[in-house]
Amino acid sequence: MSNSIDYVAILIQFSVAVGFVGVTLLTIRFAGPRRLTSDKLQSWESGIESVGNARFPFSIKYFLTAILFVMFDVEVIFMYPWAVNFKSLGMIGFVEMFLFIGTLLLGFGYIIKKGGLTWD
Amino acid sequence: MNQLIFISLSTLTIVSALFMVFSRKPMYSVLSLIFCFFTVAGHYILLNAQFLAITHVIVYAGAIMVLFLFVVMLLNLNTVADQIKTMGFRVAAMIGAGMLFLVLLASLKSTTLGTFSFPEDNGMGMVEHVGMRLFTDYLLPFEISSILFLSAMIGAVLLAKKEKR
Repeated sequence: MSNSIDYVAILIQFSVAVGFVGVTLLTIRFAGPRRLTSDKLQSWESGIESVGNARFPFSIKYFLTAILFVMFDVEVIFMYPWAVNFKSLGMIGFVEMFLFIGTLLLGFGYIIKKGGLTWD
Repeated sequence: MNQLIFISLSTLTIVSALFMVFSRKPMYSVLSLIFCFFTVAGHYILLNAQFLAITHVIVYAGAIMVLFLFVVMLLNLNTVADQIKTMGFRVAAMIGAGMLFLVLLASLKSTTLGTFSFPEDNGMGMVEHVGMRLFTDYLLPFEISSILFLSAMIGAVLLAKKEKR
């Protein structure tokens, strides 16, 4: 059996990952030369001239795709404890999961029929 | 050692939550909320709820925060929204906050200050145990949650999709 203290390794790894990014950003800030001309401050220095700014409302179509992703994401999480106990739950567990997935497939059919994932 | 981990984790949680509330920039609020979710997942691990912790990270820090970011980006951030500052609004906010404060105070009264120690691990929060309970004792809530998913899907499609004529 694992104990909470075993997760200290994960914590250390996490802090190393965050620390690496932080230290790199700080090093760049202090070690590199900084000449802040208007050309250098552009988002894409050698690319296309940017128009407007990033703070404008965008289409709800992206949001619909994201929220449908969240639905199926959460659904898959329910499958995880089922898959671990697949053998001990047996046929009953299979039927239970079938009902669950069937209801969600109904919703998926509705989405496809309404064209929720088409990009018009 | 236990005490130290708990206190530092709690401090990080509270500081990031406060930063989320007081930050003037919505993006910074969202990012500090993500950090807050990660620290809450750390609390779950301290309480031996491993499956809950990883689910919390995947669903909340991953999926729900994507939605939050999208909602922030759906708003028009160029113009500063004029805040509602009528008298009735202020009174209502004061009463609401006061009631919450009373509830917190009441719950604080009944708690006793103790030291934190890791609870004994009996595999309660591991995925096998959670799965066994979920598919036997808590089968009905599980099946009902599929209806919830269905209604959420239909609602999202209905709200966001234009009917073709």
